[in-house]
Amino acid sequence: MIQLSAVKKAFNQGRPNEYWALHGIDLAIEAGRVTALRGPSGSGKTTLLTLIGCLARPTSGRVRLKGEDISGLPERFLTEIRRQTFGFIFQQFNLIKGLSALENVILPAFPTGRPRTELVEKAEALFEQLKLGHRAAAKVEWLSGGEQQRVAIARALINDPAVIIADEPTANLDTALAKEFMAILEGFTAAGKTVLLTSHDPLVVESSAVHRVVGMRDGRLVDA
Amino acid sequence: MHPWLEKQRHLIDFTLAALARRKAKNIGLLAAYALLVFVLASLALFTQALRKEASFVLAASPEVIVQRMVAGRHDLIPPGYLEKIGRLRGVQKQEGRLWGYYYDPVVRANYTFMARPAEEVASGSIMLGATLARARGLQPGNLISFRSYAGKLFSFKVAALLSPDSELLAADLVLLSEDDFRAFFDYPAGHYTDIALSVANPQEVRNIAAKLANALPDSRPILREEVLRTYQSIFDWREGIVLTVLAGAILAFALLAWDKASGLSAEEKREIGILKAIGWETGDVIRMKLWEGVLVSLTAFLLGFVAAYIHVFYFGAAIFKPVLQGWAVLYPSFTLAPAVDGLQVATLAFFTIFPYSAAVLVPIWRAATTDPDAVMR
Repeated sequence: MIQLSAVKKAFNQGRPNEYWALHGIDLAIEAGRVTALRGPSGSGKTTLLTLIGCLARPTSGRVRLKGEDISGLPERFLTEIRRQTFGFIFQQFNLIKGLSALENVILPAFPTGRPRTELVEKAEALFEQLKLGHRAAAKVEWLSGGEQQRVAIARALINDPAVIIADEPTANLDTALAKEFMAILEGFTAAGKTVLLTSHDPLVVESSAVHRVVGMRDGRLVDA
Repeated sequence: MHPWLEKQRHLIDFTLAALARRKAKNIGLLAAYALLVFVLASLALFTQALRKEASFVLAASPEVIVQRMVAGRHDLIPPGYLEKIGRLRGVQKQEGRLWGYYYDPVVRANYTFMARPAEEVASGSIMLGATLARARGLQPGNLISFRSYAGKLFSFKVAALLSPDSELLAADLVLLSEDDFRAFFDYPAGHYTDIALSVANPQEVRNIAAKLANALPDSRPILREEVLRTYQSIFDWREGIVLTVLAGAILAFALLAWDKASGLSAEEKREIGILKAIGWETGDVIRMKLWEGVLVSLTAFLLGFVAAYIHVFYFGAAIFKPVLQGWAVLYPSFTLAPAVDGLQVATLAFFTIFPYSAAVLVPIWRAATTDPDAVMR
C-alpha cells in the first residue's frame, strides 16, 4: 500500500539550526492492517507520519502510494491525495472551537463540493456509529476529551479514506477511553481500512488490534 | 447544484459560522464600517439630489439673462435696450424683468420682490413663497403691510401662495404687479432690473452672448449653463468641506479596518493549519477569507447605503442639511426627489468593498502557504 525507500527529512536545511529528523527510512506498510510506530519523543515518528500522510515532502528518498511516487508532487496534488486517501486523528484533536461537532466533522468534505445534505447524512451516520448522536449540535469545546476524540475520528472518516493516520491517539485519554478507542480501531480494520499510528502507550502497542509494531529511535528504524 | 457553486456555499457557510464566533467584535466592526458608508453615501446622495434639483428647477429659467454694468456694478437697464436686443438675430423673445430685495425687520430676513404681468397678479395683491408665508403666518386673503425704502407704508392682500414644488427657489419670493413694484421701490419708468432672453436655437446661446457683448458693451450676459455650473461648484465645495472635516474619522476607521483585516490572530493561524491538514487547498483557504472580506464589506455597504437613502430621501438628510444646504433665515422646506447616480454608487461600492477585501488577503496569503504539517508539531 505504502512504501518508503531511503526517506530522509531535514528541518531548517542549510541554516545553523539544521536538524535531520529522519535518516533514510525503508518501510512498507500493508493495506488493511494496523501498524504502530513506537519510539520515544524526538524519534521521528510524527515526522514519518506527516510524510506518509502528504502533509510534508521528504528531503530525499521516495514515498510511494499504491505504487505511485508521491514524494515530488506539487502541493495541489498532495492536498487532493491527502483529502481522498487519508483521514487524520491528531494528538490534540485539532477541532475548530466555536463550531458544533457536526460542523467540524463535515469540514474536510467542503472542498469536494458534495451537497450539504449528503455530508450531514454521512456525519450523522458516523455519529450514530460512534455513539455520539446526542452531541452532534454541541460546540466542541463543551465536549469531554473522549467525545472530542470521537468527533476527530468522525472527521477523519467523512471522506471515506483508505488510510487512517493517528498521532498518539490515546495520549490525552484515560484507560477506559483508550480501550474504547482500540475497539473503534478494530472496527476500522474490519471495514478494510489501513491504519497507521504512533504511540508509546503499552495499551496500544501491545493490543491485539495492532498487527505490526515498528520501532524508531533517533530518526531510524529499530527492532520493536 | 454544480460542485463549484456547492463549494462556494460551503465556504460561505464556514465563513459565517466563523464570524458568528466573535459576534461582538465583528458586529462592532460592521457597525463602524456601515456608519462610515452611511456618512459618505448620505453626502453623495444629498449633494447629488441637490444638484439634480437645481438643474431641474433651472431648466425652466431663461437661457440668457442680460444685466447692465456701470463701474463694474450691476445697474438698471435703461429704456431702449429691450428694442436693441430684439433686433439681434436668433433672439426669440426678450422680457424686461423687475426684481429687488426687501429687508423685513419683523423676521429679520430678506425677501425677493418680483414684478409679474397684471394678468398674473392684480394690483394691490401679492403671491408669496410658502416659507415666507409660514414665517409671517400668512394665508390667502390676509392683509400685510410693508414699509418701503422711501418710508411709505404699502398694504397688500395675499392672493395666493406659490406652489410648494418650487419652494427651493421661491422660499422668500413675493410676486406683485408691475405698477405696485415701481411704486413700492420708486423705480423709474421704462427701466428694468435685467432682461431675460429666449433663444431659438440652444446651440447658438454662446454666439448670441458674444453678439450682445458687441452690440451693448456695457452689458453682461449670464448663461443658464453658467448658473447651473456655479450651483454644481457650490455643492461640490460644500461636499468637499464636509469630507475634509470627516477625513480624520475616515482615516481612523481605515486604520482600524486595515488592522483588523490584515492581522491574523494565533487562533486563526492555527485554524488555517488545521484546515490545510484535513484537506483544504491553499486556494480554498484564500477563497474562504475572500468571502469573509466580501461579506463584511458588502453587508456594511448595503446597510450604510440603505440607511443613507432613508436618511436623505425620507428624513431630508437631517444630519447634513445645515452644512450642505447653505445658510438662510428663511429655510425652504422641500422634499428631494430620489436621485441615485449609478456611477456614484459604483465608485462608493468600489472604495468601500475592494480595499477591505484586499486587506484581508494580504496576511492570509502568507498563512495559507505555510506547510500543513505544522499542526502535527
